[in-house]
Amino acid sequence: MMTKNRPVFLDLTQLSFPIPAIMSVGHRASGILMVLAIPFLVYMLDLSLSGAEGFATAQSVFSGWFAKLLMFVLLWALLHHLLAGIRYLLIDFDIFVDKEMGTLSAKAVMVAAPILALFIEVLL
Amino acid sequence: MSRQASGLRAWVLQRISAAYIGLYIIYATGHFIINPPQSHADWKAWVADPLVAFALSLFFALLLVHAWVGIRDVLIDYVKPIMARVALLTLFGLGFLGCGLWAAKVIFLAAMPS
Repeated sequence: MMTKNRPVFLDLTQLSFPIPAIMSVGHRASGILMVLAIPFLVYMLDLSLSGAEGFATAQSVFSGWFAKLLMFVLLWALLHHLLAGIRYLLIDFDIFVDKEMGTLSAKAVMVAAPILALFIEVLL
Repeated sequence: MSRQASGLRAWVLQRISAAYIGLYIIYATGHFIINPPQSHADWKAWVADPLVAFALSLFFALLLVHAWVGIRDVLIDYVKPIMARVALLTLFGLGFLGCGLWAAKVIFLAAMPS
């Protein structure tokens, strides 16, 4: 058991947020966003397999600008989560552990995720 | 589930499931870019392939395990009142269970010879 009276400092306005911290918050936020999208994913699978009509409806859902924007946000979340996750795995194996590489790899995740998301959205 | 998915076991589960989910999504995205399903029959035939049906079922199972371990960490970190925490854990747990059964039903029906 941890002691109950250990010092806790959680004033968000006083804490500093270097790039790796922002990337880490993004990893959590993207995870929560995708969790909320799981029922929608299963619904789309159900709809697209329900018949020719459902398949056409599922396809048409992705045609509007709002759906495209939502798709981009979800792809961004997915890629941020995936790339940040790979970075954490590498850190488990003692790669990118020092301060310079930690910051550089966090920056790479932040920049690469939206670019790759846009690229995949165009291809799909 | 929560007691089985804590500590070192949760840590290992999260990494193993992440590896499969990540590789599967990369494979599936590549497949859909190169060879997008043109019709319902086309799409259903792909899902009905025993290997695809198995891989897709495993994907959903591990996705829900991964989501559970992740959301459990977030709720334990940020929701301190015990009743609210238990209520939210129950809500997400039942939600994931429901999604898993729903996905299993959809894949099973698609894979059934009709």
